[in-house]
Amino acid sequence: MDSFDIILNINGSDHAVSVEPRRTLADVIREDCGLTGTHTGCEHGVCGACTVIIDGEPMRSCLMLGVQAAGKSIRTVEGLADGDALHPLQEAFKDEHALQCGFCTPGFLMLAIAALERDSNISDEALNELLSSNLCRCTGYANIISAVRKFRDAGK
Amino acid sequence: MKPASFRYYAPQNVDEAVALLGEHAGEDGHILAGGQSLVPMMALRLARPGALIDINQIASFAEIICESGWLAIGPCVRHAAFHKSVVDNPLGTLLSDVAKHIAHYPIRTRGTFCGSLAHADPSSEWCLVAAALGAEIHARNISATRIINAVDFFSGAMVTTLKPDEMIVSVHLPLLPADSVFGFAEFSRRAGDFAMAAALTVYRLEDGRIADARLAVGGAEEDPRRIAQAEAILNGALPGTEIFREASKAAAAAIDPITDVQTNSHFRRKLVHTICERALARTVSRDG
Repeated sequence: MDSFDIILNINGSDHAVSVEPRRTLADVIREDCGLTGTHTGCEHGVCGACTVIIDGEPMRSCLMLGVQAAGKSIRTVEGLADGDALHPLQEAFKDEHALQCGFCTPGFLMLAIAALERDSNISDEALNELLSSNLCRCTGYANIISAVRKFRDAGK
Repeated sequence: MKPASFRYYAPQNVDEAVALLGEHAGEDGHILAGGQSLVPMMALRLARPGALIDINQIASFAEIICESGWLAIGPCVRHAAFHKSVVDNPLGTLLSDVAKHIAHYPIRTRGTFCGSLAHADPSSEWCLVAAALGAEIHARNISATRIINAVDFFSGAMVTTLKPDEMIVSVHLPLLPADSVFGFAEFSRRAGDFAMAAALTVYRLEDGRIADARLAVGGAEEDPRRIAQAEAILNGALPGTEIFREASKAAAAAIDPITDVQTNSHFRRKLVHTICERALARTVSRDG
């Protein structure tokens, strides 16, 4: 099938890529743009490891086609740290032992950041509901919740 | 876990979209709106459409319009649009309450109301709303627009009466009388998972007694539908625990339950009974 020439804006930088329409945004970000921080787990929308922020909203990049993201503002985990300085939420994950294997971490980070940008005073209950969106198979949910609460409370 | 190849089109207006759909209907061409059900089905190769017609660039499709007592929802209106009430009417509160039960937040930012109806999963919250409230589905092909009532739209699990060359151009929900009360409840084993049973009830009070009762059940049969036997018990009665239990019992008896590896019909009926009681209890107390 024909490929489409598109420009993806990821973390403020343009990437000119040629993609077959059947390729998901997650695969295009990883394989064509070389940004492998976004992880693909289940590849059918269940695990949330591939969550990125598109025009301010958290979305599953495995459930969007790469061609559909042309012209949109995409943010991935690579855009969080400033050089060697981790983002405060990444620091909070470190402090609270919110990761073991780290596979789910990029998805949780992008999910939490998008939600907190929308509502910096998100309640504990709403946060629990939000974080149920993604899977962590090291069973680290309690520490993930602690880390996100810590980041939220530091911003108050 | 990768979709098979397909032709991709991104029309800029509704005329182009229905023309493309007509052209590709014979090779299993599909409309792509939110893609939160279609794309996973393609990844699992349960769906192999020959062409996708992506309607996300059609600006007017993202609109919700309220006029003449109806709320018209465009085909690209996301679930998340309903997180806050979209209309100053009990319908706005109802839609907001139901929306929060749909999958997870990052799915709700992309998936669409009309797409849920077209997909017609038996456990879909929006399909239940459409059946309970008597939605009108406006469908269009290259030559005509027709209006399909919700009761004639669902035609078995993941099957609708839409023709291959027809697309939903809007779904219309009637505004509710200002004194309407509603209750919604669903059961699933994990947060955000498919509901194994769901119930939505709406009614008004006349001299303290229930009037215009609607009680619909989803996730338990192939199609969501109103249960006349339960509504008959509710109408004219004083709201309360006993009558709610009686109506729920009637609903559980009336359904023809889906069974699967997780459930038998006895379990599903008990679930429907419980979920109807919870929905009805929420009409008198939000904490119910």
